[in-house]
Amino acid sequence: MTVTVNGEERVVEVEPRLLLAHLLRQGLGLTGTHIGCDTTNCGACTVLVDGAAVKSCTMLAVQTDGHEVRTVEGMAQTNQLHPIQEGFREEHGLQCGYCTPGMMMSAMALLQRNPDPTEEDVRWALSGNLCRCTGYQNIVKAVLWAAARMRPVEA
Amino acid sequence: MTGFGRMPRKEDARFVRGRGTFVDDVRLPGMLHSAVLRSPYAHARITSIDTTAAEAHPKVRAVLTGADLEERGLAWMPTLSHDRQAVLATDKVRYQGQEVAFVVAEDRYSARDALALIDVDYEPLDPVVDARTALDADVPVIRDDLEGKRDNHIFDWEAGDASATDLLFESADVVVAQDMLYPRVHPAPLETCGVVADHDAVTGKLTVWATSQAPHAHRTLLALVTGIAEHRIRVISPDVGGGFGNKVPIYPAYVCAVVGSMVTGAPVKWVEDRSENLMTTAFARDYHMRGELASTSDGTMLALRVRVLADHGAFNCTAQPSKYPAGFFHVVTGSYDLRAAYCAVTGVFTNKAPGGVAYACSFRIAEASFLIERLVDLLAGELGVDPAELRFRNLLTSEQFPYVCATGWEYDSGDYPKALQLALDTVGYTELRAEQERRRADDEYLGIGISFFTEAVGAGPRKHMDIVGFGMADGAELRLHPTGKAVLRISVQTQGQGHETTFAQIVAHELGIHTDDVEVVHGDTDNTPFGLGTYGSRSTPVSGAATSVAAQRVREKARLIASALLEVDPDDLEWTPGRWSVRGAPDSGASLKEIARAAHGDVDLPDGVDGHLDGSCVYNPPNLTFPYGAYICVVEVDPGTGQVKVRRFVAVDDCGVRINPSIVEGQIHGGLADGIGMALMELMAFDTDGNCLGGSFMDYLVPTAVDVPPWELAELVTPSPHHPLGAKGIGECATVGSPAAVVNAVMDALAPLGVRHADMPLTPAAVWCAIQGRPLRADLAIE
Repeated sequence: MTVTVNGEERVVEVEPRLLLAHLLRQGLGLTGTHIGCDTTNCGACTVLVDGAAVKSCTMLAVQTDGHEVRTVEGMAQTNQLHPIQEGFREEHGLQCGYCTPGMMMSAMALLQRNPDPTEEDVRWALSGNLCRCTGYQNIVKAVLWAAARMRPVEA
Repeated sequence: MTGFGRMPRKEDARFVRGRGTFVDDVRLPGMLHSAVLRSPYAHARITSIDTTAAEAHPKVRAVLTGADLEERGLAWMPTLSHDRQAVLATDKVRYQGQEVAFVVAEDRYSARDALALIDVDYEPLDPVVDARTALDADVPVIRDDLEGKRDNHIFDWEAGDASATDLLFESADVVVAQDMLYPRVHPAPLETCGVVADHDAVTGKLTVWATSQAPHAHRTLLALVTGIAEHRIRVISPDVGGGFGNKVPIYPAYVCAVVGSMVTGAPVKWVEDRSENLMTTAFARDYHMRGELASTSDGTMLALRVRVLADHGAFNCTAQPSKYPAGFFHVVTGSYDLRAAYCAVTGVFTNKAPGGVAYACSFRIAEASFLIERLVDLLAGELGVDPAELRFRNLLTSEQFPYVCATGWEYDSGDYPKALQLALDTVGYTELRAEQERRRADDEYLGIGISFFTEAVGAGPRKHMDIVGFGMADGAELRLHPTGKAVLRISVQTQGQGHETTFAQIVAHELGIHTDDVEVVHGDTDNTPFGLGTYGSRSTPVSGAATSVAAQRVREKARLIASALLEVDPDDLEWTPGRWSVRGAPDSGASLKEIARAAHGDVDLPDGVDGHLDGSCVYNPPNLTFPYGAYICVVEVDPGTGQVKVRRFVAVDDCGVRINPSIVEGQIHGGLADGIGMALMELMAFDTDGNCLGGSFMDYLVPTAVDVPPWELAELVTPSPHHPLGAKGIGECATVGSPAAVVNAVMDALAPLGVRHADMPLTPAAVWCAIQGRPLRADLAIE
């Protein structure tokens, strides 16, 4: 199968039962995507598939044949952090860092469909992503920080 | 940044790029994968295990059973509480999910496939599920592996003065009493437990990458368990995806992975699933408590009496200082000036997973704090006094510190009434009570709950506190390179608390250098000083102090070297951040960078001063630190559905000097979310057959972003007088202090409906049942 990951076309041979999360982590060595549960609750494995936030532990790798996947490793441009990454750092939106990649991918999907979210919007958009460290508050602030930076400056 | 204050974390650069290194990210040449076969029964005799089909699987390299381990003397391992625990079951299984066999295969999927090929015959036995029946005469003996054991009793332990307490109860005007269960919950770090074990048959060296909060303790324990010499064991705890006390013990599969690596000659990785983590690793709480509080009729609290039945599961594995089988539960007098107190704790075995001390409990202070704060509210209700007012009448005052409480702890410092007043002002208490009054008239149920807690963190003085015989002092080693850049090696291990940043800030604060110029090394036992690790909020009190002292020693050594360099008497030098200069002649001096250079150069050093610029410390704390806080929770309860909505949460914390306020606040936010989780939704329940009903995130509910309110924080700063930096621990405060605030708020909301007490978690079902006058025993699903 052929899958485009972070803009790069990858040709891989996989068992049909292989989960996308394992293809990314073991097959492609992209270990930023994490696994935090076995029942699709935690969202630590969230990646973008054709722009939509998907829990990669609940998708077979073969289902991405011909599609585009974006992971945390594809967020930063060389040395320039994505505003969402910057926001998490500025607002102390992470501690152990384990939920962070999935959290940021969900935030990315939110900001692509709603560039000006309210705090309530952010909380609901991230409600598929569990965090055990931050109590969420600084994550919400981080996403709002990023949203403010990403919106085009109004004339 | 050259000292204390807010700064972005050094850790974040890698984590936001997906460049952290967690255990499951470790990949070694030839590495194999593994999986554990687990017991479907809570209590059953094993009559046979047939591994033939699994061994025939083309990708399987080894299958281990208890019999295989027994040949190596490894079927059992010692626990942190002077008990032993089965690595792989040999005689019988004692809880659902217990380890029965271990498969090593070429990949994770094949290892799992092979589990289905192992055939185990069990002979089911009656399980002991309800701790209240564990000591009955006719129940099965769970631990028949222990010589002469005829019951399920583990220990009796007591603190305080029983007769003085009884006397005060006899003379009291008012006594309130309440049974309460602090139910079994689980720390559930988002990253589960795991290891990669790599045994090199040629050198005899064992390297273990582990999700470890205490890598040095794990190295020593692995040496004791496996018989491999300690200098041939290297434990590396890389980035850890949250610990919360779950990653303090050694788990059976760690030992299996080591044996698997010895048997196959290849590195073996083991990473558990969420369900395995929830069902079999260290749970928290499970204290059945009866508390009694005695008072005068004008609300002067006199004495406290507590009995606890502690459910420890099938093996006694609690991770705590050896001399304290119930941890620091006897900090149970809390924040109040009581004349006497007595508590007695009995531990029992049940057919459940082991654990008890975890989830930011500070060694059972979570249970103690919850108990006293519920009793104070019950007393307020009994006396018809506002719960804030009752607390003001009994809180310790700042003049009383250092204060020796009725069970013997010496609290270091605090300004309690000021903290409570700040919390009341922040939340607008008077207005809220007025709103509550108005809304009650409309049958709407607003509740306001207060919790005022005192923590005891920073274990601890070596004389009194040890883990399996190792005193709880911690080390720090600081070295300045020839160019003045520093490397600090510490014995504690961050799991997200930001040590790489804050420990660099301590060095920067002491030496006047930039945090960017300090590299913090931790988690690698070959490269860091010995210490007991991170739990019990002990990093700042113990290793933070060690770092401060080590840096002061570097500063002093720099003074002596500067005196040689400048050819002046050392007493003529004075310190300004980053520089020693001649008193009265500030232009004549040497920066730390110049001194570091000289220390590695050819300057004639004073007598008794070695070359190079370094300092170290093993810090033996004189006492614990006693941070405290005043929390207020505001809830709205729908009596028709039992749904609780947390509207506001105000938290005033005083942890003394704050090294990095934004990190402190992040710790508090996380702990407050834990508290809401425990109070309202988290539960490890069991049915009468001993089936674990909390074994996945489908049932074990932790809060999401929509379940928690925006936190409202305020701070006081009362330094710890005995700590070199005046800093106290903070990490567990909010988890310890917040559940009582939530429960007190819900009970306050329901008071007009005649509800006096309901046990956590206050799920809609539990609240609804309480309103109906038939409280739910939620931890036993079938009663």
